[in-house]
Amino acid sequence: MQTTVSQEAPKGSILYDPKVRGIFYQVVLVAIVAFIIYEAVTNAAENLQRAKIASGFGFLNNTAGFDINQALINFSAAGSTYGDAFIVGLLNTLLVSAFGIVFATILGFIVGIARLSKNWIVSKVAMVYVETIRNIPLLLQLLFWYHAVLAPLPQPRDSINVGNSFFLNARGLFMPKPLFAGDAWVIWVALAVGVVATILFRRWAWKQQAATGKLYPINWISLGFVVGLPVLMWILLALFGANPISFDVPVKGTFNLRGGMTVYPEFVALLLGLVTYTAAFIGEVVRAGILAVSKGQTEASSALGLTSAQNLRLVVIPQAMRVIIPPLTSQYLNITKNSSLAVAIGYPDLVQVFMGTVLNQTGQAIEVVVITMAVYLTISLVTSFVMNIYNRRVAIVER
Amino acid sequence: MKKAIVSIAFGLTASLIASGASAQATLNGVKQKGFVQCGSNPGLAGFGVPDAQGNWTGFDVDFCRAMAAAIFDDPTKVRFIPLTAKDRFTALQSGEVDVLARNSTVTMSRDTQLGLEFPAINYFDGQGFMVRKSLGVSSAKELNGASVCTQQGTTTELNLADYFRANNMKYEVVAFATADETFKAYDAGRCDAFTTDASGLYAERLKASNVEDHIVLPEIISKEPLAIATRQGDAQWSDIVRWTHNAMLNAEELGITKANVDQMKGSENPEVKRLLGTEGKYGEAVGLPNDWAYRIVKHVGNYGEVFEKNIGEGSRLKIKRGQNALWTKGGLQYGIPVR
Repeated sequence: MQTTVSQEAPKGSILYDPKVRGIFYQVVLVAIVAFIIYEAVTNAAENLQRAKIASGFGFLNNTAGFDINQALINFSAAGSTYGDAFIVGLLNTLLVSAFGIVFATILGFIVGIARLSKNWIVSKVAMVYVETIRNIPLLLQLLFWYHAVLAPLPQPRDSINVGNSFFLNARGLFMPKPLFAGDAWVIWVALAVGVVATILFRRWAWKQQAATGKLYPINWISLGFVVGLPVLMWILLALFGANPISFDVPVKGTFNLRGGMTVYPEFVALLLGLVTYTAAFIGEVVRAGILAVSKGQTEASSALGLTSAQNLRLVVIPQAMRVIIPPLTSQYLNITKNSSLAVAIGYPDLVQVFMGTVLNQTGQAIEVVVITMAVYLTISLVTSFVMNIYNRRVAIVER
Repeated sequence: MKKAIVSIAFGLTASLIASGASAQATLNGVKQKGFVQCGSNPGLAGFGVPDAQGNWTGFDVDFCRAMAAAIFDDPTKVRFIPLTAKDRFTALQSGEVDVLARNSTVTMSRDTQLGLEFPAINYFDGQGFMVRKSLGVSSAKELNGASVCTQQGTTTELNLADYFRANNMKYEVVAFATADETFKAYDAGRCDAFTTDASGLYAERLKASNVEDHIVLPEIISKEPLAIATRQGDAQWSDIVRWTHNAMLNAEELGITKANVDQMKGSENPEVKRLLGTEGKYGEAVGLPNDWAYRIVKHVGNYGEVFEKNIGEGSRLKIKRGQNALWTKGGLQYGIPVR
């Protein structure tokens, strides 16, 4: 009898129900935020109309009328729209950010480990590198790299020529471009098989090592799977008379080389600038991470007979990752955001193409700026999301 | 959350635009501030460039000085805001500058979609190309396959695409945010050709490491009427711009110069009297004193004087009057009568 009474809801006005009150305040807050947003948008639209400035997102379908030299998709002044220009800029931003993240991570880890080296010269060189690079504004470094990359390169007529297929001059690095014919799918399949085989082999080798202590040359065998298999298939196909891959080799034209693939000096300069700059910060992050692993771990591993390289790779770095990952994530975000400085050296990234040319040709500042901000925000949030997943995997498991 | 941040940003930008658009009576604002805020080229020899002491000189700069002279009787009451090609219109739209005198081409879309007006064309120009002599090119038609450096956000960028498309030629465009960076890249050998308005070619050529190595090709591939821009919706302020320009043209046509303007004040010629404010009340109609044109000529000079001093024979650029001669001498500059 008594139990049923205590389970009943207390009788009284719902005004005093903390749950109801909680919901009420939430609703009020949402309403206020919605009102502010509504006011801001309508206010902007009204003001734009009064100032007789065109508004709306219709401009994205208008013909662009200008050209972009480095485009990952087909882009031409005649047939492409401002929307296509946006995609070109976005892809260029993603391209340089992705390359930047990979190379900055590699260089950053080398620098961070070098700073802790017992070799006096190595550690001092790493220290000077970090202290110099991270204390000079990135923009200046980009301008330096651009002119440093550009200045010694010859004019197209005096191109540096390697085997009549690689050319280097002030317009960029020209390389043969692979063209995949109908039979090329065999090679792609071989590559996929190689990747899957590598993953399976690594798991098997890991289990074997855990069970028997036997070590396998994992890296060499992986390389054999991933590179060897496709190359083998290519050779086999070629032996049977098929020609799965042909090369479009650059040839000399009136002004410049024609055909092939080009790596532009703007891209190289931007990448060099971003990588060296960010690697200095990543180096410090890595150093901090390694120092955070207690010395006892290293002593224990050497007592177990691990070499110092094994100690670093198997004991120290995995534990240091817990400290390294969160600040490393912000460095990755910085690379993406700093890539917008490309505007100074003529690399057609999102800011250069979209906030530069498109904004100026259409005059629709609000729309263009909002889209650009939303894009950077999205890229950053996705990067953080991925890094957070990884962070959770390496985080210490409390037992 | 993402949406919320975007919307807040939207709101902030919107309020910026709003503050610009609501400044209806630009003249009153300028009088209150005590100076004209003039959007200027960050550095184009002859048109707008600051010296080591921060004193601005140039053809476009003198236009703003003429406005200050008309309003304040003092050509120094101008603040110059250097603007790159891609920032200039936003700066004017948002009210950061009162007037834009920055070799800007007027086109139909700019006039109708940006919320701007272009009351006075102070220089008739056209786009050209500069190349290295060593290339052995003598015509723009031979540029098939060339790399071309240009400044982004300009009509130049669009004309370039049109020209190569119309002539069925291929090219590579390398676009930079500032004129300075564009020319530096060309000078460093990144491009075969450099393109901008012909006036700009002569001005930028002076920056080359060896001036004699570069030639300007004969083709002019576009019409570039360079105009002074104001915000749409303030007719009075646009009138002041329009009539500042016309006063300078009329002064040249009537032979009124900086040197003889005081003497001309005693002239019996009714046209001179109306222009210099000794007859009629033409200045009042645009919110200026009646001797507005006298002040302009006294402090800055007539159109011809300003042209010769900054970009003509009296300067390093030595640009010929050409299309910018008075209509009486076969040019396009035509002063609308003051009456």
